[in-house]
Amino acid sequence: MLRQLKKPQDPRLLVGIDTTDDAGVYLLNENTALIQTVDFFTPIVDDPYLFGQIAAANSLSDVYAMGGKPLTTMNIVAFPLCKLGPDVLAAILKGGQDKVLEAGAVTVGGHTIEDTEPKFGLSVTGIAHPSKILTNAGAKPGDSLILTKPLGTGILATAARAELFAEGLQEAIKSMATLNKTAAEVLNEFNASACTDITGFGFLGHVHELAAASGVQVDIAAANLPLLPQAMEAADMGLVPAGAYANRSYLQTVRFADNISEAIKDICFDPQTSGGLLISIAANQAQDLLATLQDRGIEFARIVGQVKGSGKGEIYVY
Amino acid sequence: MSTELDCRGLACPQPVINTKKALDKLTEGVLIVKVDNAVAKENVSKFAVSQGCGLSIEQQGQDFSISITKGKLTDNEDSALKAATVILFSQNMLGHGSEELGSVLIKSFMFTLTQSDRLPKTLLFINSGVKLTVAGSPVLEHLQVLAEQGVEILSCGTCLDFYNLKEKLAVGSISNMYSILDTLTAADKAITL
Repeated sequence: MLRQLKKPQDPRLLVGIDTTDDAGVYLLNENTALIQTVDFFTPIVDDPYLFGQIAAANSLSDVYAMGGKPLTTMNIVAFPLCKLGPDVLAAILKGGQDKVLEAGAVTVGGHTIEDTEPKFGLSVTGIAHPSKILTNAGAKPGDSLILTKPLGTGILATAARAELFAEGLQEAIKSMATLNKTAAEVLNEFNASACTDITGFGFLGHVHELAAASGVQVDIAAANLPLLPQAMEAADMGLVPAGAYANRSYLQTVRFADNISEAIKDICFDPQTSGGLLISIAANQAQDLLATLQDRGIEFARIVGQVKGSGKGEIYVY
Repeated sequence: MSTELDCRGLACPQPVINTKKALDKLTEGVLIVKVDNAVAKENVSKFAVSQGCGLSIEQQGQDFSISITKGKLTDNEDSALKAATVILFSQNMLGHGSEELGSVLIKSFMFTLTQSDRLPKTLLFINSGVKLTVAGSPVLEHLQVLAEQGVEILSCGTCLDFYNLKEKLAVGSISNMYSILDTLTAADKAITL
């Protein structure tokens, strides 16, 4: 769809829409690049404060995924004021505000419209040193792939609507509300090749984006994938959102080994909300990066695959 | 005899929720679930399989008719689930590092097992593990509860001899290496602790 728009020709545009990246990056001067991103969505949990937290964390994540630091944010709100009332809106905004403060950024304003269905998210502006920008296009053959948050948020949100697997949902909420800030700070101490965050296209969807943009093919070790508790059981029971099937039919370049269960496949395509960072880094730095991430409290970080060679984003899951 | 459940026009995961409720109420026969999209067909099918039910799907125009047979589970409620798992206790505690902690953990594990609704088929005890199935064992009560619920409890005879505990066996029966090996290899899932 975006291909129909005229492509910008500005030389200061370091990262535009060409490589389906997480945010836009614009060179301000030799030491500073401006990062800009926007994201918003409908509620995935019942509690308005938590919805605000998760939506804010999700929006901020794109800045971290580019290797940057968020500075300012603006709220994007659509809300049925008569139906839900001002208290619910206030709780959503407080959730968002608290998360922005936690990120060390500042909310400078926002815009609200009346709508039949609530939606919330942020437009975020951040900065990074131009040499530290991490696009999704730099993965190299031989690199290790690291994932920093466990998978299964879509499946557990679906299970919650069936009033099942409440503990799994609690862990999912905790994970979704966690900023990728610490992970990004750790990443800054290393020399990663590429980075993106895992959101609506599911784990494999975003692995494909990174691999295709980088011109490589990758192997994923299913046994190493960090999973949210009860996600497998929920997937086994068919509590799989329609988005997972959509992601699966869209992505045609994935091969699975014979022993991979349906549940794992569903989890691999499950649309994630506010997921972790997917990092491609030279194998000789990977163990150190993993250890540092885990030391700083990112307990679910795992090495989940390897970049095999040049390609067009093909994925083999074993 | 069949019961029909129309789940057409329902948003995910409502078809699975309704199927679950209908299956819980169904005591015999076949449940026929009608859905109008592939996602619901996939999810309801996965659900049926996860509950150990028989399944067949027929496409009728744009809709799908999913026939679910509950048969297996009505006779012996969790036999389909029990068939799967065997746990081998290779010592009388859980884990390595601290014996004190290990003793606390094995008690906790056995208690938790009695509360589980997916019981294993068999518990095997070898080496110091046999100390758990004899008189005076800290987990005897839990093992007796499990035995009452049909869990098979087998203790290695050679091991009981070695520790001079053969006369003190208080739950389950004495087994031998052939039988233990057979049980392990025939299991769908074998867990060693």
